[in-house]
Amino acid sequence: MAECHPVGFQWVMEAKDRGATVIHVDPRFTRTSALADRYVPIRAGTDIAFLGGIVNYILANELDFREYVLAYTNAATIISEDFRDAEDIDGLFSGFKPDRHAYDSTTWQYEGQPTLTAGGADTNNQRATAGPLLHESHGPPLAAGDHRRDETLRDPRCVYQILKRHFARYTPEVVEATCGVSREAFQAVCEAWTRNSGRERTTALVYSVGWTQHSVGVQYIRTGAIIQALLGNMGRPGGGILALRGHASIQGSTDVPTLFNLLPGYLPMPHHALHPTFDAWVGSMSAPDQKGFWASARAYATSLLKAYWGDAATADNDYCYDYLPRMTGDHGTYETALSMIDGTVKGYFLLGQNPAVGSAHGRAQRLGMANLDWLVVRDLFMIESATFWKDGPEVATGEVVPERCATEVFFLPAASHVEKEGTFTQTQRLLQWREKAVEPPGDARSELWFFYHLGRIIRRKLAGSTQARDRAILDLTWDYPESGAESDPSAEAVLKELNGYEVATGKPLSTYVQARDDGSTAVGCWIYTGVYADGVNQAARRKPGSEQSWVALEWGWSWPLNRRILYNRASADPQGRPWSERKAYIRWDDKQGKWIGPDVPDFEPTKHPEYRPPEGATGPAGLAGDDAFIMQADGKAWLYVPSGLIDGPLPTHYEPVESPIRNPLYGQQANPARRAYQRPDNQLNPSPPEAHSDVFPYVLAVGRLTEHHTAGGMSRNLRYLAELQPAMFVEVSPELAAERGLEHLGWAHLVTLRSAIEARVVVTERITPLRVGGRVLHQIWVPYHWGGQGLTRGDSANDLFGIVLDPNVLIQENKVGTCDIRPGRRPTGPALRDYIAEYHRRAGVTPERRSPIVTTDPHRED
Amino acid sequence: MGVRTWLGSWPVYRQLTGSDPLGLGAAAKSARSKELTARTETADSVARSICPYCAVGCGQRVYVKDGQVTQIEGDPDSPISRGRLCPKGAASKNLVTSELRQQKVRYRRPYGTEWEDLDLATAMDMIADRVIAARDATWEDVDSDGRPLHRTLGFASLGGATLDNEENYLIKKLFTALGALQIENQARI
Ligand code: SF4
Repeated sequence: MAECHPVGFQWVMEAKDRGATVIHVDPRFTRTSALADRYVPIRAGTDIAFLGGIVNYILANELDFREYVLAYTNAATIISEDFRDAEDIDGLFSGFKPDRHAYDSTTWQYEGQPTLTAGGADTNNQRATAGPLLHESHGPPLAAGDHRRDETLRDPRCVYQILKRHFARYTPEVVEATCGVSREAFQAVCEAWTRNSGRERTTALVYSVGWTQHSVGVQYIRTGAIIQALLGNMGRPGGGILALRGHASIQGSTDVPTLFNLLPGYLPMPHHALHPTFDAWVGSMSAPDQKGFWASARAYATSLLKAYWGDAATADNDYCYDYLPRMTGDHGTYETALSMIDGTVKGYFLLGQNPAVGSAHGRAQRLGMANLDWLVVRDLFMIESATFWKDGPEVATGEVVPERCATEVFFLPAASHVEKEGTFTQTQRLLQWREKAVEPPGDARSELWFFYHLGRIIRRKLAGSTQARDRAILDLTWDYPESGAESDPSAEAVLKELNGYEVATGKPLSTYVQARDDGSTAVGCWIYTGVYADGVNQAARRKPGSEQSWVALEWGWSWPLNRRILYNRASADPQGRPWSERKAYIRWDDKQGKWIGPDVPDFEPTKHPEYRPPEGATGPAGLAGDDAFIMQADGKAWLYVPSGLIDGPLPTHYEPVESPIRNPLYGQQANPARRAYQRPDNQLNPSPPEAHSDVFPYVLAVGRLTEHHTAGGMSRNLRYLAELQPAMFVEVSPELAAERGLEHLGWAHLVTLRSAIEARVVVTERITPLRVGGRVLHQIWVPYHWGGQGLTRGDSANDLFGIVLDPNVLIQENKVGTCDIRPGRRPTGPALRDYIAEYHRRAGVTPERRSPIVTTDPHRED
Repeated sequence: MGVRTWLGSWPVYRQLTGSDPLGLGAAAKSARSKELTARTETADSVARSICPYCAVGCGQRVYVKDGQVTQIEGDPDSPISRGRLCPKGAASKNLVTSELRQQKVRYRRPYGTEWEDLDLATAMDMIADRVIAARDATWEDVDSDGRPLHRTLGFASLGGATLDNEENYLIKKLFTALGALQIENQARI
């Protein structure tokens, strides 16, 4: 955090000054470790074993915050008697279908519950479409009715007992053997975390892409969520799980998604088979008689279609539902890159993004682009993704020859952040409006300008078309006010559309509760409703922090409805009283008959804590006055996830797909439901039980530096930053340096089945060899910012990685892999490919080879 | 020069007698630095902005004189950053004013070996034509069972995490209306 979110880290230091204990768990010692009370080195890719050990410690010693757990989580809920745990089937859960390496999740449900997830019980469809990503704003649907609970938590089929059995083998000894973390250090973390949680105290958990970029990344975060829910740290001040996101508006680009499977506000992009009709589409989002706020999904969906298609969208034509394109499977960025290699994609837009450096398997990315008809690159600087045809690594190897590369490339300069106005959504869902300081230089334009005018030109060219397919583009509402010499469209008008308005009057809505399913409201992104309440740009509010409460509600605007801590109803006990005065936040005030506190209550403002829903109540009225988790269909935080996840209802330790060791816990080596692309140009390094894993004996971890930014386009071209971090390097321990003859500041190269890259060697104790599974294991760390352009140039770490994805959200595993390291520079020119071919031969990898995915007998029961 | 003035020009004297006992501010000021004026004071206008790098969202003040950005500083009013910027945020004036920034459209024709110039309006028109052509060539109306598809997998897009919400909204809206699906950004990565 000190490295990659430095200014946010000032608050950690402030907490430390006031007595907080700071613990840092990371494969590499960083500036964060230097300032922490305790630094715990860990083997990359083993966080579920580590965190699972903590869950086991909590449950074995009954250290959970029992009152919180009973009231606010699904610990007491009874699960189907047909459920079989990964502990019973050697690393697989019940319902595994080996032919598709996907699950049928029927047996995972609450007792008596049908499966209602968007894709049905078959997780294969959900994996292709990253279905679980929908649940960033809300839980999956549940049928109405109460679920059987055992408030004593003794029933062997209640979630609490299932959890306890699932993690019982995650002992300190197993943590040590798996993660390389000493028993003493592990014990210290367990004690500090549990001691600092409960009525009087809360603990915050912070993570970043070190958790997401794994083949089992979603389940890492789930394990953290289980701990935080068991210890009562959710919805309370000083608690929570904080995802530190790496780009200025990466949260915004998920909320208002440029993602294939989502529409704004986490509505699903329709699937051809699952959502052939409007009713099927809306029905998949929430059960008709569902409890909670997501029950209003129909209003959000209708209002989005009204925002898109205005007058053309009517009840008679299902609000133009048939204008929406349909998914048939995986259309994600990696599938798309491989489709470029296969020649089915003709054109590509890159908007401030540099996949030649920033995406896994850089070579596949560049070969894909070299096979396009046309490419549009919009950026501030000339980046590697624009010049691959001229001076990319494949030009050096002879795989791309400019005279034979057909890709037509348009480079269009972009406006910088001070040359346009608009909102970024930062890491805590806070929208902040930026004013425009100056006009962009030369041909530089904003994306708003580019897309507005591109749309205008396309609509002009298609005007008068009688083709059915062109109705959607011609009926689109596309009339934003223009101003200035360059006819800039109004960003504020777009913000108003995101907020939503009454169709008849144009009056902005002030809350998403006002969204209607009868076509009388238009809402571009329902979770952003309120950002333009009363016709005022709430994201532009700038009341100085020193002049308002510590929650600072009048600086910017956060979704939903300016709430700063989500699920803050849980900061009070079931009766509505603060758990302790020390941790008071939101409380029920009987005199005023409403919830009060320094934040906007994340609850119906006047719902009494003792309210109990009448029989058959649905929607928000179906939630009781102590159902704190209002976006969940049962109002509870889910320790166990009966639906909505593809790789199991509970986190389970799987080895990274590329790992030098055999899974110490299960016969199933790696995530059996991972999204794999098994093809000759995407071979992964062999891992046990496959032979030849010793060809790539080292664990490779990748990260960022304070002084550079992601793929480097915005940092390698800056004088100060290029001077502060002037060269690509690799960090190795003194022990590994001795083992491989690597010299400090000399050259070394790293090799995988994809490529080899070279870097300057930094021999440092920041990397410690770990004892894992009875042997010494070396880890290697590289930053991934470099490429062939800019003031500082070097090889790209992402060239080392293949493509294998987390099945829930289709994020790649490039925080961990295996590699070889050798002293000296790598071969250049065509010799580089020969060198890699030699590694293929040594690893026994032929073009036909497929990595085994299921490594245990699915029919076995222990 | 009187004795007092002479003594007063001696930093140690000022440090011992003045309001700056640590010698970090007024006491250490030279005659030359006294005459300097901060660029932030002579600016024509100041825009309230946000750092474009990571998602902490630090506040920035962008100082402008004669239509040029002259300084970018942390915004002390921000309850998030309290005026601080890390090395990236602090270097962002260089991001904006760098002479390495591309200011002209560049065009590489198929099989070309060098960049060429291209007029922006022409580029926009050519891109619109290519989108329409790719869409026509790859349009899928229905699946094999006759269910609607209404889409093209003929062109794709990547990017958005460094862009504004308003921009992402228009990107998604336009591409969706064109039937394009493969719209992705860094959040997937
Ligand atoms: S100044 Fe640094 S910490 Fe703050 S938003 Fe920018 S990059 Fe992030």
